[in-house]
This record gives sequence, C-alpha cells and structure tokens, in this order.
Amino acid sequence: MPLLDIKNLTLEIETANGWVKALDKINLSMEANEVRALVGESGSGKSLVVKSIVGAINEGWQLTADRMNWRGQDLLGLNQSKRRNVVKDEIAVIFQNPVSSLDPTASLGEQLEETIPDFLIGRGWFWQRRQRRKQLVTRQLQKVGIKNHDLCLKSFPHQIPDDICQKFMIAMALVSEPKLLIADDPTRGMETTTKGQILKLLARLNQTKGLSILFVSHDLLAISSMAQTMTVLYCGQTVEAGRLKKLRKRPLHPYTKALLDSAPSFSKDLLPKSDLSALPGTIPTLQHLPTGCRLGPRCPRAQKECVKIPSMRRIHEHHYSCHFPLHRPIR
Amino acid sequence: MTTLLTVKNLSFARTSRDNWWQKKKVFQLGPINFDINAGETLAVIGDNGSGKTTLANLLVGVQPPTSGQILLNGQRLRQRNLKQRSLNIRMIFQHSQESLNPAVTVGTILDEPLKLNTDLDTKSRQDKIYSTLRQVGLLREHAYFYRHMLSDGQRQRVALARALILNPQIIVADEPFAALDPSVRSQMVNLFMQLQKDLGLSYVFISHNLGIVRHISDRVIVLQNGNIIESGKTDVVFNWPKSDYMKKLIASHQSFVESKLLED
Repeated sequence: MPLLDIKNLTLEIETANGWVKALDKINLSMEANEVRALVGESGSGKSLVVKSIVGAINEGWQLTADRMNWRGQDLLGLNQSKRRNVVKDEIAVIFQNPVSSLDPTASLGEQLEETIPDFLIGRGWFWQRRQRRKQLVTRQLQKVGIKNHDLCLKSFPHQIPDDICQKFMIAMALVSEPKLLIADDPTRGMETTTKGQILKLLARLNQTKGLSILFVSHDLLAISSMAQTMTVLYCGQTVEAGRLKKLRKRPLHPYTKALLDSAPSFSKDLLPKSDLSALPGTIPTLQHLPTGCRLGPRCPRAQKECVKIPSMRRIHEHHYSCHFPLHRPIR
Repeated sequence: MTTLLTVKNLSFARTSRDNWWQKKKVFQLGPINFDINAGETLAVIGDNGSGKTTLANLLVGVQPPTSGQILLNGQRLRQRNLKQRSLNIRMIFQHSQESLNPAVTVGTILDEPLKLNTDLDTKSRQDKIYSTLRQVGLLREHAYFYRHMLSDGQRQRVALARALILNPQIIVADEPFAALDPSVRSQMVNLFMQLQKDLGLSYVFISHNLGIVRHISDRVIVLQNGNIIESGKTDVVFNWPKSDYMKKLIASHQSFVESKLLED
C-alpha cells in the first residue's frame, strides 16, 4: 500500500477572469521509505501541491481529487479536526525560506519546545517535565548536527546563519517523528558545502529511520544526489514521472529534457562557453494559461494536436504526458 | 590579449561592533591582486562572508578601498572621478527584483544613467534605450512597463540593459542567476555569452553555482576570509585544485553530479 496516493488532484482558484485551474490533474504517489523529488520552476504549482497535501489551502479555493489517500485513509473525506490530527502526527513540512517562516518574536528554544507533542514528555511534576523537554530539545539538535546548542536555543531567528536555521527547521519538523517529511526547497540559495550537509542529513534520516521524503525543488543537482524517483511539474500539470535514473538517461518529455540541459554539470562533453539549449519564453502566469498542453507555446516539438490535453501514458514505471514524446520521431 | 583592469594590493578593512562594550570585530579583505583581460570572464567564488560582494563593491566604487589601487587600461581610478568609473565598469545586482525602482517605468530606469553620464539629447537617449532593450532580447514597448509587469527573466534582462546602456568595458555581476528558474537561467547564460562575443565585454562573475562558473568563466579566483587562496585558469583550478577549501568544494559538487550521496 502506498504511503501517499494522489490521483487527478485539481485545484481551482478564482481570478478576475473566472476560475482557473492552478493544478490540473496532478498524480503523485509515494511508497514508504522513498525519496521522491517534485521538480518544477517557480509558478509551476509545487508549493500548491504541498499545501493541498497538508490541507493548508485558502478558503474559497476548490480542491477536487479522484483519490487522495494517506496510508489507505481518504484525506478529503475526513473532517477538519481529524485531518489536522493526521497531518500533525504523521506529516511534517519544512517551508521555503527558514528565517521568515520561524517566529521572529520568540527564541528558537521556545519554538522548539512548543512543537514537542505531549506523549513524548510523559507525566510527572512540572520540573520533571521541564527537564524531559530540555533533554529532548538538545537531543533533537544533536541529531541534526547543530553543535552550539545553548547559544542556538537562546538566539532569535535573525541572529543565526541561514544554514543553521534550515537545520533547526528540520529538527523542529522531526520532533513528532513523522512518517513523511515534505521539504519545500530546503537548499535554495545555499552554497555547495552547506547544501551538501543538509542533503546528507536528509539522506541519513531516510536510511536510518526509514523516513519518506518529498523533496520539492528546482535544483537538479541536489535532487539527483538525493532522490530515487522524480515527478516533474510544469504549470500545474504533471509532465513526467518515474525513476530518476531512467529520467536522467532518457527523458521522454521535451520539458524534462530542457530542465536537464539547463544544468551544465550534467553534460560532460559540453564545450566551455558553448550555448546551452534553452526553451524560449517564460512560464505563463495563471491569468494567461494556454489551452491543452501548457508547454505548447514554448515547446520545440509542438504540433496542432497539442491544443488538446495529452493523456498520461506509461512505459513500465515511466509515466509521461505528451503527444509527441522524444522517443518517437515527428511525422 | 590586452590587460583591461589591474587590481594592485587592494585592501579593505571594516571594524564594527554591535554594542559599546563588545570587542571590535575586524573584517579584512585583501590585499588582492589580479588582472582581467579584454573579453574575458573572471569568476569569483567563496563562502558567504568571504568578501565577494565587498570586492564587487570596491570595483564599482560603492565603497572606497582602504589602500591599494585599481588601474583601468593603465589609468588609475580615482574615487572622485565617477564618470570615468561608471562609464566603464557597471554592476548587476543579486536581486533584480529589488534593484529596479518600482515607481518608474523601465524607460526611466534606463534613462537615468544616460542623463547622469552622457551629453546626449532626449531623442538620441530614447534611441539608445530602444536599441539596448532590443540587444537584451526585449521589445521597444517594454520601456513603458513597470517592474511588477515583468517576469523574473525579463527583470534580469532589464538589469543587464541598465548595465549595458553606457557601453561599458567591464560588467560586475553579483550572483545574476541565483534567483532564476533553470530554463530562464539557460537563456540568460546564453545571452551573457552572446553579448561577450559581440561586444567584447569582460565580466567579473560572482556565483555559488559551480556548474555555471565552470561553463562560462575563463579564470577563477577563490576567496576565503577575505584572501585569495587560489587563482588560475578555470579548468586547471577545477581539475587540479590546490587548496583544501577548493578540493572540498569540488568534491561535494562532484558528489552531487554523480549522485553518490546515498551510496556512501
């Protein structure tokens, strides 16, 4: 049984031009102990997928899905408080931009203590409980590799460097021992060495604790070193999904190919200063979404049929949705 | 190749303290020496707080150096002589979003450096703005757009247009691609290289992204705690790193590329 199973997730947002499908039939499934990457540019709806999973979407947005199961339990059928309990106990999220998603008015120690669930502390007098809480906090910080705990716990979010903040967010997310960790762009704007540390930490957690990780990012280097499977989003549509190694070796969708080409480190035989292959144009805004396949206007292989939404096709475990995939020549 | 810019013993010191009782903190950059040839890209890499941005600020004259000198074409750059410097060395900032004025149109943003640094009349300034916009792959109409109407990539193009508009010889780019999406980033990398080919520009390119640094730069200098710890041709530095820091950096970069993180 998959851990998380989402089929045809559609999120509609009301704009000045009527209802717009910000997410259009997203499919995503995660097995236990899997690291799955969710790749897409900004504006492709990565963060909306995360928000829909944890149920943090705005009022007035319409969320529909054929299936949205968490360990066999239908998330959409649950009422508010039950769903909240499920999310609280079993799913943890690291948000983008750690410094701004922490509370600036409370010290880090207070914030971490607040997230410890009651059952971990157990019963006892208040001083015993306080002691347990302190122990848990230090152990948690040791786990994520923050050395100077006392200083870190006393300081406020703006006083500590970004990478420590990010590690701290991971510590906070892991306190309640979740089954699934959703990391929303955890390595944005980091240097290579710090990025390596954070990724190693996540990889270790995956191996030792069997934590499943949904790694949301557009940094292909980071993804390829972490993830086993990958789902590529473009403009709210699932474009391609499958094992990372296969996708890297032989992408079937033109967009996946463009993404892979955009990282010069991957192509070894690229001459220095030669042109990188790039798609023309930029990702369209929500108000101006093209009909059919949303890559259409930017796609080098687009034809007449592309104004219809391509259906999901499958070769073994490799899903793609394109009328003219790369392994077939264009007539 | 002719040497365009020479930096000799450039150093900068800043002392600061958060409150009165605290000990003074000293940040010392340099002394730094390097040359840039015409039509060459020099990449600067290093940790946060290693002085990369300070070096960029010193080159464009935002901050005066404590000692040392910068020679452009053999001529010494004076702190007072703004025209000489701003006509030849231009900068692109890290966040194109924040570095553009939200209250005026792109045309006005591009007009300002022309007004301040040249004697052109209105008509020729306008022509210059249009031709520069076309040079960076935008349309004439974009001169009437405001910042919020442009996408990320277009904003970065406007920032580049602002740097190009005075026909500089050197562009100092402080993490120009950091905030861009992968597909837009490739477009911008191509544009940068295209312009270098056409106009013979030199770049001082500050970046974290080793893949792109390796791709576009001719030479690299590596900064750590304000000192150059390694410098040389890009492929030499990347293939045979000498300093421990650079070895570590390249090893971790390689581990990403070959996806070895999970195996070891």
